[in-house]
Amino acid sequence: MATVLVNGKEVEIGASERLNCIQAAAKVGVEIPAYCWHPELSVVASCRMCLVEVGDKKPDGTVAMQPKLVPGCQTPAKDGTVIISDSQKVKDARKATLEYLLLNHPLDCPTCDQAGECYLQDYSFNYGRGYSRLNEPKNIKPDKTYIGDQITLFTDRCIMCTRCVRFTREISGSAELQVVSRGSHEEIDIFPGYPVNNPLAGNVVDLCPVGALCSKDFLYQQRVWWLKSASSVCPGCSTGCSITVDQNEERIYRLHPRPNEKAQGHFMCDAGRFGWKYTHSDQRLVSPETRTNGHVTSTDFDTVLNSARAALTKAAQGGKGKVAAVLSPWMTVEEAYLLSSFLKRIAADVTLAIGPVRIEGQDEHFPKDIKGNIVGPVKFTIRAEKCPNRAGVEAVLSHFADEVMPFEELLRLSSASQFRAVYLVGGDPEGWMTEIHAEAFSKVETVIVQDILPSPVLKHATHVLPSGTFVEREGVFVNHKGLAQLIHRSVRGPDGTRPDGRLLWDLAERQGLIQTEALRKEIAILIPALAAIASPELKGQGVLLNEAVPVTV
Amino acid sequence: MAKFEPVLFARINKPDSTSLATYKADGGYARIKEFLSMAPGDVTNVVKDAGLRGRGGAGFPCGLKWTFLPKDHPGPIYLCINADESEPGTFNNRILMEKDPHQLIEGILIACHAIRSSNAYLYLRYEYGRSYRVLDAAIRECYAAGLLGKNILGTGFNLDIVLHRGAGAYICGEETGLIESLEGKRAWPRIKPPFPAIEGLFRKPTIVNNVETLCCVTQILYRGGAWFKSIGVPPDPNNPRDPGSYGPKLYCVSGHVNKPCCVELPLGVTARELIEEHAGGVWKGRKAKAVVPGGISMGFLSDKELDTKLDFAGPGKVGCLGLGTAAVVVIDDQTSMVDVLFNCCRFMSHESCGQCTPCREGTAWMTKILTRIRIGQGRLEDLDLLMEVAGSMGIIPGTTICGLSDGAAWPVKNAISKFRGDFEEYINSKRATETSAQKLMEVH
Repeated sequence: MATVLVNGKEVEIGASERLNCIQAAAKVGVEIPAYCWHPELSVVASCRMCLVEVGDKKPDGTVAMQPKLVPGCQTPAKDGTVIISDSQKVKDARKATLEYLLLNHPLDCPTCDQAGECYLQDYSFNYGRGYSRLNEPKNIKPDKTYIGDQITLFTDRCIMCTRCVRFTREISGSAELQVVSRGSHEEIDIFPGYPVNNPLAGNVVDLCPVGALCSKDFLYQQRVWWLKSASSVCPGCSTGCSITVDQNEERIYRLHPRPNEKAQGHFMCDAGRFGWKYTHSDQRLVSPETRTNGHVTSTDFDTVLNSARAALTKAAQGGKGKVAAVLSPWMTVEEAYLLSSFLKRIAADVTLAIGPVRIEGQDEHFPKDIKGNIVGPVKFTIRAEKCPNRAGVEAVLSHFADEVMPFEELLRLSSASQFRAVYLVGGDPEGWMTEIHAEAFSKVETVIVQDILPSPVLKHATHVLPSGTFVEREGVFVNHKGLAQLIHRSVRGPDGTRPDGRLLWDLAERQGLIQTEALRKEIAILIPALAAIASPELKGQGVLLNEAVPVTV
Repeated sequence: MAKFEPVLFARINKPDSTSLATYKADGGYARIKEFLSMAPGDVTNVVKDAGLRGRGGAGFPCGLKWTFLPKDHPGPIYLCINADESEPGTFNNRILMEKDPHQLIEGILIACHAIRSSNAYLYLRYEYGRSYRVLDAAIRECYAAGLLGKNILGTGFNLDIVLHRGAGAYICGEETGLIESLEGKRAWPRIKPPFPAIEGLFRKPTIVNNVETLCCVTQILYRGGAWFKSIGVPPDPNNPRDPGSYGPKLYCVSGHVNKPCCVELPLGVTARELIEEHAGGVWKGRKAKAVVPGGISMGFLSDKELDTKLDFAGPGKVGCLGLGTAAVVVIDDQTSMVDVLFNCCRFMSHESCGQCTPCREGTAWMTKILTRIRIGQGRLEDLDLLMEVAGSMGIIPGTTICGLSDGAAWPVKNAISKFRGDFEEYINSKRATETSAQKLMEVH
């Protein structure tokens, strides 16, 4: 155990922790401002914002301070390290650095997307001087909209921290970005004809501490102080990146990664980042329907639910093995449990299958150069399995059935006219049902479809239950390595839809409103494989299912 | 003082001084086999005991630097020869390379043997075309004569020299900038530690030495450390941290003198002596107003400080940064220090690599302020601002990675503190050397 002194406060550092001065100070809530340093990137110590006074505490209690200021990012915190970040010398150095950074900065905060979450603003407010002493014209640098399909560069706002350059070299591996020119005429640029279009490109916007790199998708859409955030999990693939969903007035504006060492680290891919658009699609199913002989007989949610429940019960009473359900890998653990336990109750011999698990290509590892070669240890992976919760749904299904029936097997049984009622859950925005698949349900008496977007099976549906996307629901997703994480509702779904959990809660005729937390405790007790989801740790970084956690009721 | 007999420059005026044959005829390579058979540690000790300090600018003890290499390192160790001589006013390496390349190559052989390196990279400034041709020919001659390559002279020692031409950047003369540039990257100096001796070129232990330093190594091995120590200035007994300034030094004298020259003299000669005796005095019968002691980044000596001894400690005693490259630039009394300082700042802002914020922005800002003064819009408070900006940049306050910024700040500090009257007079007279305000927008 090492002890570090930060502004006189003692910080304990674990034996296995390798921290720099910035991280050590953060442990006691002391902020050492920094631009170029980022925990996932190499250290360059070039912004000179994190300058601190550092010394050594000798065993006899005397302290020997180094005469110079040193960058906190580059200086390891060891046993006896003394860090001073509030002396006049440090304050003056910060003030000088901020004045330098703002010399050629256009100060166009009123039209800058970053305003409100800009480190240049924050640090200037906290540590800078209120005015500039520059009496000469500022350097003018051209905006570079060509820098990428999804990103644009406001060159004059750049403070040359080179985080973006290091990201493309060290994380994405594609190395599109570079520094051109020299001195105060330096600019970030690309090699002509090679824009930043790698699958991780959007991360440079998050990495940019100022408003230089902006997302074209988000550009001028919202002032960030209007945005409300909810933590969630990206459903795009089984990596299950921890994310933050930003919305305002029931409209999503952007997703960005939430650092989580247990999940993906600090980043996310562009497919996930921009993959929320279907939430606001005008194709969404927004009308619950009961259909009799091709005619819509009801559009009232409760009536449709009651009708669906009655049809299922009737089918269950009509003979053995007449009810089947397809549970989507896009459902949360709670939703899968609600549906399975309900069906099991009304038809003990219900056939439960997992919906189609979309696999696209192969897992994509980074850093990867433009020729596709992996360069260096893997730092990020986009998985081929394009659904968020196969592991969680399978765990539920394994509890209710001896084995998890694949979708194809259920299609075969359905084509053989085995079932009188099927309950189909969709949720995959890319589509999960083809015309040929749908044909398998053409002769089934009762087809209940719970989905967000139209699919070919709708024409055979007797009941349509419009449900919610991942930003409209609450629950647990389990990623590829068994990490259970919470998703939170951030927007209300369109009128006529209901979040899956609420819909299934009502279908199962449970009392009151859905309570996912209570439901998770119920699941944890019933299904040992999912015992960990009742853990309080779930609310933070998530919890690994194979971590032994005692269940508390 | 008796006339000093040149050692490093002993052969430069001989006909055909660059060929291997004449070098050998003058006694060159005579004892190289003997040196290569010595234990490497013994060679290092000879250099260390001679008190040789690096001639590149910082004056770090050369032998001591060699001992920083990890002991028994299993992989390759590299020697980089810094021939990126780009400090304004400096041209001594150029003469050594153009006129006596074998003296340098012999020094490289000895140094590589001492540090157990079999790969040397000679990083040559691009603008030195003639040096490139001469060195290239000399290296080829050495390969043909078995002085380079495998199993040199049967001693079992291998050495390859790669002659690499830079692309023209001042920052490539900074040792880690040079290493980055050699690796094919942008010459952004590295953060230290690790120092190059631990992790340098291609992440391997590396020693970077200046051309003149390695030529001194050759002479020390031939003439002995005692000879070297008999020249120059012994350490100041009152300063335990002063290792002394031994040996001959090549002084470059340029600027407003009648006879610009590069002259070899014992360390410790005064600026006045250099100007009066070796450079033929200040031109046009004028007086010296200021003298740059060792390249513009070292600051200025005023006319009252001309008797300063130009050894490693001397310039520092009168507020300059150090001896630097011993490139003496003389400025006559008809020249305005505003213009001189503007030139210094313009150079530094042009050459700042742009990595560290204070240097990238500070050098450019100082240039802009001086430009504004030069178009007649100066204010007296600008002088204090210049001093403050200069005071906040460099490795001395700890705000930058390399020393370029100190070199940019020092002339400003020296000029304004020693010649404040010049600046005040310039500003008050509203004189305008530059007439166009457009100058402010120029790319420097």
